[in-house]
Amino acid sequence: MNANQYADKPDAFTLGPLEEGSACCDPQPVIQVRNLSLLYDGKTALDKVTLDIYKGCITALIGPSGCGKTSFLSAINRLTDLIPGCRVTGEILVNNRDIHHPDMHVQSLRRQVGMVFQKPTPFPLSIRRNLSLPLNEHGITNKTEVAAIIGQVLRDVGLWDEVHDRLDASALSLSGGQQQRLCIARALALEPQILLMDEPCSALDPLASGVVEDLICRLRGRYTIVIVTHNLAQARRIANYAAFFWVSGRAGQLIEFGRCQHIFESPSHELTAAYVNGVRG
Amino acid sequence: MLTDKLLIGILRAGAMMAALVMLLILIFLMHESWPALSTLSIGRFMTDASWHPLEGAYNLMPMLSGTVLASAGALLLAVPLGLASALFIVFYAPLHLATLYKRLIELLSGIPSVVFGFWGLTTLVPLINQWNPPGASLLAGILVLAMMILPTVTLTAYTALAAVPDELLRNAAALGLSRWGMIKGVALPAAKTGIAAGIILAVARALGETMAVLMVAGNVVQYPETLFDPVRTLAANIALETAYAMGDHRAVLFVSGLLLLLLIMVLSGMAGLLEKQRHA
Repeated sequence: MNANQYADKPDAFTLGPLEEGSACCDPQPVIQVRNLSLLYDGKTALDKVTLDIYKGCITALIGPSGCGKTSFLSAINRLTDLIPGCRVTGEILVNNRDIHHPDMHVQSLRRQVGMVFQKPTPFPLSIRRNLSLPLNEHGITNKTEVAAIIGQVLRDVGLWDEVHDRLDASALSLSGGQQQRLCIARALALEPQILLMDEPCSALDPLASGVVEDLICRLRGRYTIVIVTHNLAQARRIANYAAFFWVSGRAGQLIEFGRCQHIFESPSHELTAAYVNGVRG
Repeated sequence: MLTDKLLIGILRAGAMMAALVMLLILIFLMHESWPALSTLSIGRFMTDASWHPLEGAYNLMPMLSGTVLASAGALLLAVPLGLASALFIVFYAPLHLATLYKRLIELLSGIPSVVFGFWGLTTLVPLINQWNPPGASLLAGILVLAMMILPTVTLTAYTALAAVPDELLRNAAALGLSRWGMIKGVALPAAKTGIAAGIILAVARALGETMAVLMVAGNVVQYPETLFDPVRTLAANIALETAYAMGDHRAVLFVSGLLLLLLIMVLSGMAGLLEKQRHA
């Protein structure tokens, strides 16, 4: 493994504050998924997935709708707990700790594993309050500290110049793309190690989508990112690793996982080849 | 189309009728209270020595204060209880219990006010009497009113909270917020205009409620000094005296009716504004 392996990703190692964190060329698993199955009301939605997510890298989950990508994503921060009738079996280790272990505090897990959803969902509060609310909830109440974090994360997502003079305006007054960046900032404010992103660009117009995509690339290295996307070109542009899911029978399965280049250029499974070349899916 | 035109005509006539009735009531109230408003100066409703209409003393203030105190007291009890009930239904109760509980509250909202009054008179008043006589009191009025407006507060707050988008709550959970943090930080702020509109509707109902309050509040015209003093509300006063009132007395009763109507109009106007804000 050498540092030039991702030289085709121009922003793999960005300048500025986002540079810190280990490079993504040295695959250390930060999330280890073992035999993960997900059942809704007894029906299998995801069947025995085993997968490692590497530290500092962007891992794209691709595949047709209904193949369990989003379910997989929400199992990692145990958001599946909120779904009535949803049962998860198998093992997920985050930093070598079993997230289903009774000692695991789900709130601190979610602090460590942030999530950004498809639809930009700022809370109907001011921009400032959107960011300070989760901080307060996690015990960060010192005003100067909170203000510093808010300034930092807004700069990280490139919103600072656009909103610094109206932090007390309603977050709903922002455009869709700005709202989505605010949601990313909100997740970043908690200093997570891992970011789960569920089609973060698909509800945005192409320009805003491009801005968010650039942002995601700049987060590489500092955060471990798992992103669900239906946009294969996007996956190809930004991801270091890709996991291809497919529905067989009713249940989603992991068909193939590997380096992005490998999945897109020389997939070992014919389903993958058909999907990435647009023949099926 | 002929049927379309017919339907539009019928709908239009129905809508006009409803609006007209409202307008006519207002005009009627103004017309009937006009003798008092024109001959007596408005100041007298506030400065007369007392409410002795037969001797020409028309101070409405003790009864206005009775109305306001009873409503405010009822609000003070019903809002926290109603809000807690709504939060329980939406966020804490298991599904079957939530459904059952909501049905119960809906049932409570359907109980006629006279039944509340009857229960208050035979159960509540004697209880308060044992504690601190005479029993028929501001407190009894407050308690009965609180029970009557509780369903309004609960059901409107429930509707507002249940309408908070799931995505917001999932986002809050994904940020590691606790259930209470989610409720306090996200759900309540998102639902606040709906909740406030419901509270205003409840106030309007409390201000205008007549029968139940009349049956339990003692109906003595005075400024209450404690919760255990009997009071008379404006609405109760109208019900008690209209039968025998004549001349200026009768007109002053209409003035108090007008006053209540205006209070409630202002309140429901506020509720309407809030509602508009929510959908904006």
